[in-house]
Parts: sequence; structure tokens; C-alpha cells
Amino acid sequence: MTQVATLPDPFEEVAPPRGRSGGAAWGLWLLRRLGLAVFTLWLVSILVFLATAALGDPVRAILGRDYDSNVAKREQLQGLLNADHSILWRYFHWLGGLLTGDPGTSLANGQPVWGQVSSNVMNTLALVLLSALVMIPVAFGIAMISSHFRRRRPDTVIQTILLALAGVPEFVTGILLVALFSTSVFHIFPAVTISSATGHPWDTPKGMVLPVATLVVAVSPYVSRIVRATLLEVLDSDYVELARLKGIPEPVVMRKHALLNAIVPGIQVIALQLAWLAGGVVLVETLFSYPGVGFQLVDAVRSHDVPMVQLLSMIIAGVYVVVNLVADLLSILLTPRARTAISS
Amino acid sequence: MTATETDADHQVAPTGGLIVENLGVTLTGRPVDVVDDIDLVLRPGEVVGLVGESGSGKTTVGTSLLGYARAGAVISSGKVLIEDRDVLKLPWREVRQLRGEEIAYVPQDPASALNPSIRIGKQIVELLELRGIGTAASRLQGARDGLAEVGLPNDDEFLKRYAHQLSGGQVQRVALAMAFLPKPKVLVLDEPTTGLDVTTQKMVLDTMAELCRAHHVSALYVTHDLAVVANIADRVAVMYAGQIAELGPRDTIFANPAHPYTRALLDSIPHLSQARALKGIPGRTPSPGSRPDGCRFNDRCSFAIDECRQQVPELRTIAPDHEVRCIRVEEIGTWDISRGTVPDSDPDKKRDIILSVQGLNIFYGRKQVVHDASFDLAKGEVVALVGESGSGKTTISRSVGGLHKDWTGTISFEGRELAKSARQRSAEDRKRIQYIFQNPYLSLNPRLTVEQIIRRPMELFGIAKGKQATDRVLELMEQVALGSQMLRYQANRLSGGERQRVAIARALAAEPDVMICDEITSALDVSVQGSIVALLEGLRKDRGISMLFVTHNLALVRSIAARVEILQAGRVVEAGSVVTVMETPKEDYTRKLLSNSPRID
Amino acid sequence: MSGTTTPPKTSSFFRKAMRQKRFTFGLTVTLLVVAFAVFAPHLAPYGENETAGPPFAKDGVFGTDYLGQDVLSRLMHGGQSILVISLLATLLGMVVGVLIGVVAAYSGGWWDEVIMRLNDVLLAFPQILLALVVLTALEKPSSLVVIVLVGASHAPRVARVSRGVALGIVSRDFVVAAEALGERRSRVILAEVLPNMTGPLLAEAGLRLTYSIGLVAALGFLGFATDPGAANWGLMMKENQLALSTQPWGVVAPVLMIAIFTIATNLMADGLAQASQKGDD
Repeated sequence: MTQVATLPDPFEEVAPPRGRSGGAAWGLWLLRRLGLAVFTLWLVSILVFLATAALGDPVRAILGRDYDSNVAKREQLQGLLNADHSILWRYFHWLGGLLTGDPGTSLANGQPVWGQVSSNVMNTLALVLLSALVMIPVAFGIAMISSHFRRRRPDTVIQTILLALAGVPEFVTGILLVALFSTSVFHIFPAVTISSATGHPWDTPKGMVLPVATLVVAVSPYVSRIVRATLLEVLDSDYVELARLKGIPEPVVMRKHALLNAIVPGIQVIALQLAWLAGGVVLVETLFSYPGVGFQLVDAVRSHDVPMVQLLSMIIAGVYVVVNLVADLLSILLTPRARTAISS
Repeated sequence: MTATETDADHQVAPTGGLIVENLGVTLTGRPVDVVDDIDLVLRPGEVVGLVGESGSGKTTVGTSLLGYARAGAVISSGKVLIEDRDVLKLPWREVRQLRGEEIAYVPQDPASALNPSIRIGKQIVELLELRGIGTAASRLQGARDGLAEVGLPNDDEFLKRYAHQLSGGQVQRVALAMAFLPKPKVLVLDEPTTGLDVTTQKMVLDTMAELCRAHHVSALYVTHDLAVVANIADRVAVMYAGQIAELGPRDTIFANPAHPYTRALLDSIPHLSQARALKGIPGRTPSPGSRPDGCRFNDRCSFAIDECRQQVPELRTIAPDHEVRCIRVEEIGTWDISRGTVPDSDPDKKRDIILSVQGLNIFYGRKQVVHDASFDLAKGEVVALVGESGSGKTTISRSVGGLHKDWTGTISFEGRELAKSARQRSAEDRKRIQYIFQNPYLSLNPRLTVEQIIRRPMELFGIAKGKQATDRVLELMEQVALGSQMLRYQANRLSGGERQRVAIARALAAEPDVMICDEITSALDVSVQGSIVALLEGLRKDRGISMLFVTHNLALVRSIAARVEILQAGRVVEAGSVVTVMETPKEDYTRKLLSNSPRID
Repeated sequence: MSGTTTPPKTSSFFRKAMRQKRFTFGLTVTLLVVAFAVFAPHLAPYGENETAGPPFAKDGVFGTDYLGQDVLSRLMHGGQSILVISLLATLLGMVVGVLIGVVAAYSGGWWDEVIMRLNDVLLAFPQILLALVVLTALEKPSSLVVIVLVGASHAPRVARVSRGVALGIVSRDFVVAAEALGERRSRVILAEVLPNMTGPLLAEAGLRLTYSIGLVAALGFLGFATDPGAANWGLMMKENQLALSTQPWGVVAPVLMIAIFTIATNLMADGLAQASQKGDD
């Protein structure tokens, strides 16, 4: 090969160096993000506390008409809430308790809140994880099928169905599923989770099917649509077109070039939906009487059990913040551009 | 030139070369031609420049050579013959084989050519991997050799980089290396140097020319830039509205253009060596489906007669290897390259300073991008700020206009110091210094009508209101050659050239003394640029408006400015009257810029 | 970068939207549901609390509910409150959210950071959680409270979306040009930025309406209705849940209404989103 004399290049930008000081830059960035998340959670705690403590009198709500007559009960409840102290004191007292593992006593049954919550947390986690595990292949699968038929009839039909499902509230889907599979039409799955005396809901897997199905139906459409949109965008992009013009066969184009770039937004969306599930469980658990955090929360709200509500809200909000943080992290790790930008 | 004549006339070397016969591309589902009647021959080792403005169909022709049409279009007729095989008739698998191996493609946008998630080294090697050529080691070595050939480093560190870690010039050279690696016979390049600096552009072009000659590759270089073509092409084909208007050897086309369109194009291009009175072409390029009957250029041609409207002229040979699609070639006389030459601005003319910049230091956050810039502007004068990207020319112009406020130093207007941001300046100062942006597609609110856009400054500065304002708007529209029927058009209906005229009219509506023009023609076709420049020149002469003209195009400077400031990396490297600086440059950088600028003359 | 003629565009956004099948279908059904909610109470065979027969009986089109009231009539009466509350909540959420988002995007810099950080705090709550938390301390929620709660849970999300859209517009040269002319900031926001956001904002409004309906129905389903006796689609689901296997219509009828309503609004919102993506120059 004839060598062209090395052409001088005085005006080129120097591309950023990779790697060496990367570690420190990463650490700093991570620290900053974590700090931000903690700060957000702290503000959330303030909001939760103010919303429950400052907007109305829960004791009055609990006792109703007995507020004036049942003095003993009233004083007991007010004692549990430390109502005689200032709101500032109460907040820090509660916050301290939260951080040291003693977040208060339930107004409904006088027991410490934490103990009643822990097993339900496990149950909810199981539900959410199971739903996520089912959701991911379902959503991706539908997206890939749809983009294979891109813009032809099957694709449009699938997309319209997904769109229709995406807007329906999760408890509505739940009820419809129950009506279909638990009652008059098919009598396959139980409508209510039968809590076994010893163990966990997953001991009776049949009872988990409908709640999981409801969550999956609630969450997959959005994920599927985004993944499909990204896939199509990438398939239409210039560098994929160039790969075709280079003569690279289509399946290789799809696999190596397209999918790689489509995964990142997919992961972001999955993480966002997982975070959403933290709230979505509330209604689904209530519908199926599933012994999880959401069910407990609704129950607590109904009985105006402030400490319980406070703890559960912090848990749910905490999960939300953490999952969002992980989503951010993942999306940066997976985008070379952002990754190198941080290390330089 | 028909196919049979071609076969007989040329002793095409047994390997290489490409013949296009009667190529036609239409829109899918509609009987509308995008391009038609395209006949071209590419000989081994030669570079053919395919020149045209937007809407000419040149990119469509380029990709058709690979048997590819963009979504919404389909190749409807013709042959693309490479060694007796017709690319358009080959089965899909063979076409795929052909692409990359025998016909390679280098795209316009360097960044989008590379997959952002895969390292450079891997992408280069991928093609060879796919064909099963060589072993892993020999493929890697081939990649290294390829990079060296285009003047890029080929160590492991470079191969491991991602696309976003390379500069535009580097990316484009990687794309070139990728195209040449499988040793194709034909190369199609689609404006690969658009957006690159003049110096980088020269490097890429030289590399490409050298590679073609060394490997006997025929190249089709698709571009809108006649100056570039003048430097690298052996033959030139000029396209207009989907057809080839003229085809011939480079020297012939530039010295004796026969087609009125080619002549008009050459009339609108500025030269480095002399100032010219640039002109544009009236009207706009018709899109497929709205093309006039008969000769497609007839509605804009100054030589058109009734016959031109009746029939589409054939492409006929008027001299060896020179073909023209015009029935009046013999009648319209000769063309002289020095037509339109005007004297340079007088370097010794007395200057009545209206705007003065002293010791300007401009910052973006903590970074200083402009260092100690000083210059001034006189009444009725055009001062050009010239530099490559990153030189600070746009930053300076934005600071003078008050759009960027992070600077120190002094900017005085008629002796008064100006505040840093436009908001802090007096209404009077804001009114008398107007700014025109580079991208006409972004500088007008797409929701507003032409009338609303042009009258706003009048209302704001208390110049006119109500009916009076509308009348003035119409006057201004006439001055910038916009038809009055566009008064109520929403901005998003207008073409780029029309929008830029609206932007100029908006600036004029404030009755300014100084107009800051920030690369206002860079995004426009060359003939449109010509008409805008003619317009500005008229304004300068008739109204005595001074202009600060930012550009990277040195040839344009010669024709439009009286004085020039050459900028490099945020500093004024050389300054003076245009004639002095361009004829007798003192600094190396200026000399380098001048020698790297593609010349037509 | 075209020098070519652009054929005249029918620039009206609604005309573009009407060409989307999803939009027209969604809009039609939405309007039908709205009409049903508004006019049906006058056509109901029974009153809202009138007993039409024994509880969970099969009398009437949809049977009776847990108190013996006619399900069909309750269905016809029950749409109004959901409709009004959802609409108002959506409006509130949109107005507040757009204001926050656009001001943040336009101000840029430090203000943008602060506003969005505070916004993130509100975003940390799943929408229903915010409502539940506030409802804990209240005895009985009034309609106004529900409207404010649902609207407040929308606002941060709308803020985030509108900030994103506004950021893309605020840096465009025509906004800079307006500032260079010295236009008042409020005028720049109202005349230059907002009008170029109508498409995406309408799409977002449609989406928010869908969620509002879901949230309000959910609150009813959980039992947090303003007036326990009144007909309320969400509340009806809870009330009649016991008889799901024997007299499903008490639950299924309101469920279907909600499902149809949300599907329609979502399709409409998507149609608007598609229209806003096409042909924005």
C-alpha cells in the first residue's frame, strides 16, 4: 500500500484522554448523586411529616364524635403522638426514631410500627420482583415483534392495543381480570389472597397469579412502546443505514448495531416503571387483599394511624428515590459518551 | 450520449469504471420524477464532481449507484453498469456483496457514520470480518495500515476510542479509511466535507484524491460547492431539478460554461483573487412535482424564449466530451470568468468610525475564549470577522450584539460605551445595532406570520404602528425582494433564502446603523447566497449601513468587505484592508488559510 | 437547508390532529362519555338513592347494588363528580406545572437547579401516595381537597415535561432575537415560547386527564369519597365488591365506564402527541 505522507494536523481538537484520572472523577460524581438523593429524601420526610401532622388533627379524625366524650382515649392517642410538644420537636423526634429504628407506635393497636411492617415489606418485594421478572421479557418480546412488522397492520394493531391498556388504571384491569378469571366466566384463580397462617403468599402460587398479571398488564404497555420506538429510531438511523450500505446483513445489523443502542433507553424506562410499581402496588394489593405494604398503607390511612402512614410513606418514597438513582447510574454506565465524559 | 456510443468511444480498462444509463428515480406510488434521464460515465482513477444546489437530486443519484433509494423513493428506470453487471438488476444478496467491496460510500455527516457504542478499531475491521477476508491479525493490520494512509494515528489507544472522542475531521478520515479498506472500484462521496474547517477539508480532499489515483478508483463526488470541485475533479456534471444540465471536463466547465444555469452559478460564486459583484438567480428551485414544463430552468433563465417552455431539451454534445441541455447554446454568446469583477474597496478611503471594540476578553463560565480583541467599524463599511470554528468570531459578534454578556473590555458605539447585555442597553442602542443569525430555520418564530415578525421592531421602538406599520412592512419586503403575497404566510412555509430575507427585513425595520451578520449565508445555497450578498451591498450603498460580517469563507470576504480581521483561537492574528491582507498577508496563519481555501480562479 | 418551494401547509394544529385516527376516535368516545355523565342524570329511571329492589337482585338492566339501589341509575348519576373533579384537577396541574417548568427553563442557571431540585422532592411520591398521606389527617375530604391533591400530584410531572420542551425552544435563535430587541420577559414567555409548545402540552394534558380519572376513581375505590351516599363510579366498585361472583354488574358496570373513559382519553392524548411530532419545523 502506498503511504501518503502523514498529513499535518494543526487545527484538530485534542480528544479527551481516557481513564487515568477516571476513578476519582467517578467517585466524586457518585458521591454527588448520592448526596442529592439523601437530600431529596430528607425533604421528603419533612413533607410527609407536615402533611400528616400539620394539616388536620388525626385524633379528632379517629375519635370522631367521641372526641369530646372519650377523654382517656383521646389523651392516650395524643400521648402517642407527643401532641403537647411543638411541631419542630415532634419532627426531629420522629426523624431520629426513623434513623435509629424506632419509628413510633401505631395508633390503632398500640404496637411498635416497625415490627408490623417488616414481613409485609418482604411480601411486597416478592410481588414487585416477580412482576418485573415477567414484565421484561413480555415487553421486550412484544416490542421486537411489533418492530419486525414495522408500520404494517400487525404493528398498528399491537400498538393500539398497548395504547388502550396503558391508560387503564391498574385496579380497573385488576377487577376485570378478577371478573374474568375468578368468577362467572372462568373460575381458575382466587380473587383474594388467602393468607396462610405460617408463611407467605407465595406458598400458594395460584393466589399470586392475578396480582402479578395485573401489575404486568399495567406496566408492560409503556415499556413495550418505548422499546419499540427506540428500536425503530435506531433502525432508521444514519449509522445503521451506513452499515447496510457497507453490505452488512440485516440480522447482524439488528443485533450488533441496533439493539445495543436501543437497550439504554429501555433500561431507563424499566427502572422508571419499577419505581412506579412502588405506588401501583397500593391499589393492587388492596384489591386482592394481598398482605403487603400497600394494603397496610391504605388500612392505616383509613384508620388515621399517623405513625404507620409516616413509616410506610417513607419506605415507599425511599424505594422510589433509590430505584431512580439506580436507573440514572445504569443509563450512564451504558452510554459510552456519558461514561467517558465523566472520567475526563 | 447514448449507451452504445459510450461503449464504442471509451476503452474502459478491464477493471474499474462505472456506467450509468438513463437512470430515473421516482417517488413511491406517485408518477413524480425525483431525477430522470441521468447518463454518466466514471472512468478508473478519475474523479467526477456532481454539482447541484438543494433540490437538484444529486444525493439521490449518488446513492442510486449503490442500488439504494431513500424511504419514499424508488429507482424506476435505467442501468448502473459495473463491469457489465447491472447493479439495479442484481439479486439482493449480490448487491449486498457489492456494496462496500466494489462500490463504497462515504456519507455527509461524519458523526452519524459511526456507531456511537462501538469502538473505532472494531468498526473498521468489521467489514473485512464479514467477508471472511484474512485472519484476525491481518485484518487488524489492514485497519492500522488504512488509518495510517489517511494520516491518523493507528496505535491501540486510538483504535479503542469511541466516535465522540474524535474531531469531525478525524471521523471523516476514519470513514474514508473504512471505505478504502476493501479496495473498492468505485467510491461515492456525499458532500463529506460539509461542516469541516477549510484546512481539515483540504486534508480530507487531498487524501481522497491521492487514494483514488493510487488505487485506480473512480470517484463520484457529490457536492454543492463548486470551488471544491474545481480543485479535485477531472470532470464536472452540473445538475438542476433532477436532470444533468451540463457535463464536461473541469477546465471547460469553469472557463466556458455553456448552460445558463452553470453560468448563473458561476456568477454567484466569490473569488479569492478579485472582488466581484455577486448575483443570485431569481425564483426558487422547484421541488419534484412542481417543475415547469419544458426546460426546467426556463422560469428563472434570462435567456428563455417560448420554445424553451414547450419541450424538455435533450442533452447534446457541443464539443468533445462536453454536453449541454439547452436549445440556445449557440445563440447566447460566450461567458467570461472576469465578468462581474469590480474593483476592491479602496484601502485608503477615509473612515468615520461608528463602532469601536477595545481589549475585548470574552468568557464562557471560567474559560476564556477571546483574548484582547480590538477593531473598529466605520460608517457605510463592512468589516469581516474571519476564522475557523473555535476562532471566536461568532462569540465576538454575539458580545457586540449584547447576546452574550460574559465579557470585559470596551465596546463603544458613537463614542458611548455599550452595556454588556442587550437588556441593559438603552432602547436607542438596541435599535441601532441589529443582529442577524446564521440559521434561518431557527431565527424566526415559526408560528408568526411574516408581517408579525417584521413589524415587531417597529412597534417596540416606536417607529410605526397599525396601518402605517403594515405599509412599511410591505416596503421592506419589496426591498428584500419578497413577494407581497407572503405578508400573511407563516414563517414555516418559507424556504431558507426567503427566511433569511425576512430576518434582514426585520433588522431593517428597526432602521439600524449597524447590522451584525453572523454567517448568514453559510446555511444557504450558493445562488441564494449571491442574491443575499447583492441585497446587502445595495443596502450599504443606499443607506450607509455598516456591517460586521462574520464568515469562514475568505473568497466571500473579498467581494463583500472593506476590512478584515483574521481570528485564530480567540485572538486577532492579522487585520487590515481586504486588499492588503489578501494580496500581501503578513502572518503564516493567514497565508495558510489563503492557500487552503479552494479556489475557482 | 432547502432552496425549494414548500407547498402551503394547513398550519392549524387541530387539522393535523384530526388526521390522526386515534385522536378522532378517542375524542369521539370521550365526548360521548362526557355527554353521558352530564345528561344521563336527567334520564335515569331511578333516583340516586332510590331503592329499586332487594340488594344484589337481578331487577333492572344491571341489577341492584348493595343497598338495593338500581345500578344503571347510579351509573348515570355517578359520572358527574368524577368528570368535574378530574377536569379541574388536570387544569390545576397543567397550569401550575407549565408555569414552574417554563420559568425554570427560561431562567436557566441557578434558578433552574433550585426549582428542579424542589420539584424532584414532589416527584418522589407516587401520585396516589401523596393523596393518601394528606388524607390521613383529615376527617372527610371535600371535593376541593381532592382536586388540589390530584392537581398537586400532577404538577411536578407536568413541570418536568414542560421544562424539557421549553429548554429546546428557549435556546433557539428567535427567542434570543426577541431578547436582543429588549422584549419584556413575560412577553417572551407568552408570545414566543408558549405558542411553540402547544402540541406537546396538549398531548400532556390528555395524558394527565387519563391519570386524573384513574386517581379520582381510585380514591373512590379506596373509600375516600366526599359523600358516601352519592353515586360515584369508584366508590361503587368498592361497595359492590362482595357480590362480584353473583351480581357482577354492580362492579363491572362502573369498571367498564372507567375503562372506556380512560382508554378514550389516552387514545386522544396519543393522537395529539403524534400530531405535535409531525411537522414542527
